[in-house]
Amino acid sequence: MANKVIPDEKKTAEQLYAERVKRVEDATALNMPDRVPSFICQEGFPARYAGITYEEAFYDQDKWFAANEKTMVDFAPDMYFALMAGVSAPGKSWERLGYLQHKWPGHGIGPDTAFQFVEGEYMKAEEYDHFLDDPTDFLIRVYLPRTNTELAGLGMLPPLKGLIMGASGFSPLLLAPPVASAFAALNDIAPIQAKWSAGEAEFYKKMTKLGFPVLFYSLSLAPFDMITDFLRGLRGIMLDMYRCPDKLKAAQDKLLPFMTAMAIGRAESTGNPRVFIPLHRGADGFMSLPQFEEFYWPWLKQLMLNIIDAGLIPMPFYEGRYDQRLEYLRELPKGKVLSWFDRTDLFKAKDIIGDVTCIAGGMPASLLHTGTVEEVRQVTKQAIEVIGKGGGYIMTSSTSFNDGKPELVKAWIDATKEFGVY
Amino acid sequence: MSEKLINTIAEMQEEEALALAKELLASGTPPSTILDDCRSAMEIVGKRFEEGQYFIAELILAGEMVKAISTEVKPHLKISQATQKGSKVVVGTVKGDIHDIGKDIVVFMLDVNGFEVYDLGIDVPPQTFVDKIKEVKPVVVGLSGFLTLSFESMKETVAAIKAAGQRDSVKIMVGGGTVDERVCEYAEADAFGIDAMTAVSLAKGWTK
Repeated sequence: MANKVIPDEKKTAEQLYAERVKRVEDATALNMPDRVPSFICQEGFPARYAGITYEEAFYDQDKWFAANEKTMVDFAPDMYFALMAGVSAPGKSWERLGYLQHKWPGHGIGPDTAFQFVEGEYMKAEEYDHFLDDPTDFLIRVYLPRTNTELAGLGMLPPLKGLIMGASGFSPLLLAPPVASAFAALNDIAPIQAKWSAGEAEFYKKMTKLGFPVLFYSLSLAPFDMITDFLRGLRGIMLDMYRCPDKLKAAQDKLLPFMTAMAIGRAESTGNPRVFIPLHRGADGFMSLPQFEEFYWPWLKQLMLNIIDAGLIPMPFYEGRYDQRLEYLRELPKGKVLSWFDRTDLFKAKDIIGDVTCIAGGMPASLLHTGTVEEVRQVTKQAIEVIGKGGGYIMTSSTSFNDGKPELVKAWIDATKEFGVY
Repeated sequence: MSEKLINTIAEMQEEEALALAKELLASGTPPSTILDDCRSAMEIVGKRFEEGQYFIAELILAGEMVKAISTEVKPHLKISQATQKGSKVVVGTVKGDIHDIGKDIVVFMLDVNGFEVYDLGIDVPPQTFVDKIKEVKPVVVGLSGFLTLSFESMKETVAAIKAAGQRDSVKIMVGGGTVDERVCEYAEADAFGIDAMTAVSLAKGWTK
């Protein structure tokens, strides 16, 4: 079959785009595409590759987009990662807000250091009741002032339930200097954010014209992770499992519809069906199986089912290892999920869940930093032979490869095309 | 020894454990006995962690219980006369590692032996150690770690202390989970301590 394949160079961008989408969709549906598809989680790699700093990804969109375009054109994977906040975002906007939940290049960390999420206890255990009673009120009056120095004034607002009596009674409060300054900050960032988003939309449009589909636009989180990442921190949520298990569960109930709406809204408005769900605290080693079953899986599973019900494809990223909990994935409908794995043993996973879910992964990110071309080709070949057997497989790295060597990334993508033909 | 106290801690019965510790103290149990029970309970927790029965939540909760019991017991303890009060020790779990049980026990033991302990907490970046060293000028620095990734973090931390010109002014001890003599050497620290007692005797030796 291989000798009948028309080489990519002879196809139009439009043809390539359609083929790339089909390849990923076929693999997701557990069918056999023409060849094993690939996607790259490029994160900061384009900056390194194109010789710009990580900091520029936050302050110079043109350079950042050019770096990404160059990466896609030169390496030509089937799909690439959306440009997520964190890897690149309007730094000026975050500065204006005094945003505390991220350290970004040049701000709190070096100009060429990858961003870091600053986990903290932004919601105290005793504030669950406030959150459960009225999440929005809690977020506006407590959470935002705590996580953005320049929004501290929002904490002076009275309970938002008071708005039921109309806006006029509220309005004099806007004259209080701290409140006014919080609203001024929000006003100031509006054009920055709008310009940034418009720039991104242009970038995606251009990439489509060049024949490169983006893997996803929509992102969601497991409700447990949402709470630990943004509100309670690891320590807080771990204690909650013992000290206030019912409130932790109730908060997940409260967040689930929101996480669902967030996932579906963006996917439907962009027409891209895949919803990226990076998973954080449910992995082997973070909690026991009984805890996973009691606190984590039910809400994650329901989120994925809701996404599937909407005709979309959840794309969970099982960060860390899931060797002990693969069986749970069998509870999801067949061929409707794109499961990306980090350090889980994928050869075993193929046996255990390969008949129900598409598997993505197979290339250790560390090998793209430290390996040789021959090793990379060997690992690629073996992954395709074992995990790719019979379809239902997408080649990608175990996690992002910020510092991958370009020659190894090239060897890897090329080898996927070479060995991946069915 | 109170089998019951050991068990309530090991079984994660937080309220019962705290109530029992108070009860024991009130009924005249020597504070040192209560602390020994805490350590015995911690050994069980550690063993269950190793066996894959306990996970992060249990380590954190056990640490919380011991911390709370320590606070109750501390005022009843006589401060050891052997060590001059006020020698400063900076302690923390190194970058990337969030385990604090071992560290908390070390902090506690140093504290009741008269040291002035600055606990930097968990997941402490090298620079934070450096800043604290410059600020309080301790005699001893204790680096704690549970995960193997802490080896690299310990090495980085010692290097950062050296780079900041502070290496000669402090003695550095390492300990915790998977840390051993080899790690001490790799990180270029001064000594390795197998348990909190060793940490105390090392610190005493350096502050004579």
